Amino acid sequence: MIAQKDLIRVDNGDPTKETFVLNLGPQHPAAHGVLRVLLTMDGEWIQRAEPIIGYIHRMHEKMGENRTWAKFLPNTSRIDYLSAMHYTHAFVGAVERAAKIEVPERAEYARVITSELNRISSHMVWWGALLLDLGGFTPILYAFDDREKILDLLEGLCGARLTYCYYRFGGLYNDVDDAFLKGTRDFVTHMRPRLKMYRELVTDNIILRKRLMGIGPISGEMCRKYGATGPVIRGAGVAYDVRRAEPYSVYPKLSFKIPVHPEADSMARYLVRMDEMEESLHIIEQALDQIPAGPFIGKVPRVLKLPVGDTCYAVEAARGRFMVRIVSDGKEIPYRIKLRTPSFSNLSLYEEASKGMILPDALAMMGSLDLVIPDIDR
Amino acid sequence: MHLLSLEPIRILLYLFGICAFVGANAAYLVLAERKGAGRIQRRPGPNEAGFGGILQPIADGIKLLAKQVMVPPGTDGLLFRAAPLLVMAPPLMCLAVIPFSDSLVARNLNVGLLFVFSFGSINVMALMLGGWASRNKFAIISAARVVSQSVAYEIPMLLVVITLLMVTGTMDLNEIIGQQAGGIWHWNLFKVWVNPLMPVTFIIFFICMLAETNRAPFDMAEAESELVAGAFTEYGGMGFGVFFMAEYANIVVGCSLATVLFLGGWQSPIGVLSGGLWGAGWFLLKMYGLIFTVIWIRWTFPRTQFYSLLNLSWKILIPVSLFTLLLTGAMMKLPLVFNQLF
Repeated sequence: MIAQKDLIRVDNGDPTKETFVLNLGPQHPAAHGVLRVLLTMDGEWIQRAEPIIGYIHRMHEKMGENRTWAKFLPNTSRIDYLSAMHYTHAFVGAVERAAKIEVPERAEYARVITSELNRISSHMVWWGALLLDLGGFTPILYAFDDREKILDLLEGLCGARLTYCYYRFGGLYNDVDDAFLKGTRDFVTHMRPRLKMYRELVTDNIILRKRLMGIGPISGEMCRKYGATGPVIRGAGVAYDVRRAEPYSVYPKLSFKIPVHPEADSMARYLVRMDEMEESLHIIEQALDQIPAGPFIGKVPRVLKLPVGDTCYAVEAARGRFMVRIVSDGKEIPYRIKLRTPSFSNLSLYEEASKGMILPDALAMMGSLDLVIPDIDR
Repeated sequence: MHLLSLEPIRILLYLFGICAFVGANAAYLVLAERKGAGRIQRRPGPNEAGFGGILQPIADGIKLLAKQVMVPPGTDGLLFRAAPLLVMAPPLMCLAVIPFSDSLVARNLNVGLLFVFSFGSINVMALMLGGWASRNKFAIISAARVVSQSVAYEIPMLLVVITLLMVTGTMDLNEIIGQQAGGIWHWNLFKVWVNPLMPVTFIIFFICMLAETNRAPFDMAEAESELVAGAFTEYGGMGFGVFFMAEYANIVVGCSLATVLFLGGWQSPIGVLSGGLWGAGWFLLKMYGLIFTVIWIRWTFPRTQFYSLLNLSWKILIPVSLFTLLLTGAMMKLPLVFNQLF
């Protein structure tokens, strides 16, 4: 009904125009944690949105420099607590690549299954939270109902419900048992009709479509400029997915599509995530069919000393490309650990993308970026 | 007996009655809303205080009353304190003229409809004052939104009511109900021979009522994911509690009015069992049915964007309600013209 250009109003430095500063956060309900955005507003129009980060900085990178490789492993699952599996996967993968540790096939398949389950649970939280941002209260309870099933499955594997530390150098902490495999199959059959129901009840809702379609354009060009990845860049029509671009684990053996929507608006990012959940179910099904028997952990030296050098390992986390760079000087303790987190890059484009938007739309766009604040600050 | 027939005593009794009715409704509609939300969201809702959570409103009330009423420094203290009173008074006044049955009405004014609308529009002023006096940026944005929303939705609502007035020819609420006697097909909602768009006017009325009472999906005044708590950001304790209760009191007024104007008020839908207490029963049944719909909508839809909210009013509701107004006028006058011509 109303074109985006009518909703965009940018002041070209007119000094007579009266603006005011609105401090959004760090305790604002839409900030999803402790993000603070300093808004310069012209009425309800945003002239400048400056994200201020660092309220939950925990020095993870520095912490890595004073403990052994294995002791840093639990830290990785606390960076983005919603997709902990992917984060431990990246660190474990980097260490395995540097130390040239062989990982048994069964462990790799189990990693794929748990990672994709984690992706679904993470997207379910995003979905509920986005709808909360848009003022719809009910979906989050349905989302958490589904997520609960995933948490129960993963709890059975590793004892943790949120900050999993399931992957170990060379394999897994625990073998995937039959109860888990059966439970996962049940979950896949449970989730398919649920996703269909969400599509009918929520995605096709006219109010939701009006709130998201054509709102918050983020072009592929802007994504490249700020390094935004994950559903943000795929919602801008660029088929960049680490699982394809830099294949890792057993992803090359599985067939899956990379959902891309070229509209580059909030709705495109929304649809990318919704499609991704379906694709994850597809991947899980294949992995369940293909998972071989065998050991779940390979040969790992008791005291792990990595050869001198510099190794990178990237995974496709729920929010985009997460990369770990480890630098070893041959000791038991890392020389440097660099964490490249997707939310940090995805937030960086917020200032440019939100210029001239109206406040509710800017918050809807922020919801569509799926920010996890500890992932930004780390 | 003759004591009750004395006008001042009668009015006093009704006033107490209305206060009790509004208070009980505001308290227990909150519980109904929370229970309904729980039902929709597949959770039990409040179920600890009393049997099945029946004492929850009392516990909430005690909690709110026990809190200190804070007036933040730098606010306009008088307006800040006056806003909760101003927001609660209009629905109380409106209920004075709403007939709950053929005899159960505090004051049967012959301009009842006008009375309801004149008091109903004070509500927005109170919200604006509360937001303005809070001296909080979120509250001021919310106050500005409330005013533009109210202006936008008062117009189609009044146009719809004017359409109805042309049909009824009276502003006396009891008389409007009297005209809808004799079963469901006599209700104004279904009087399609007067105006084929009558159900549409009811829907417009209902949407406007949602917007006027700041209910989801039009809850721009609160909009907690954007404006923290909107106009009520700085209110705590019973100050907030009164705003909260006033929202439900306004819903009661809005739904009663919709019942009176479109659903035949205390008239029975089947033609029999319509006198006395039966009438009050029918009225409450219809009213609570509408209130349930309001609750249902809130927990189903996301919030509209502010500009599409205004667009909905200015570009759809106002033209449509103007058209129904013209259509009703034409359908009333054309037979006369034909009679004179031929």
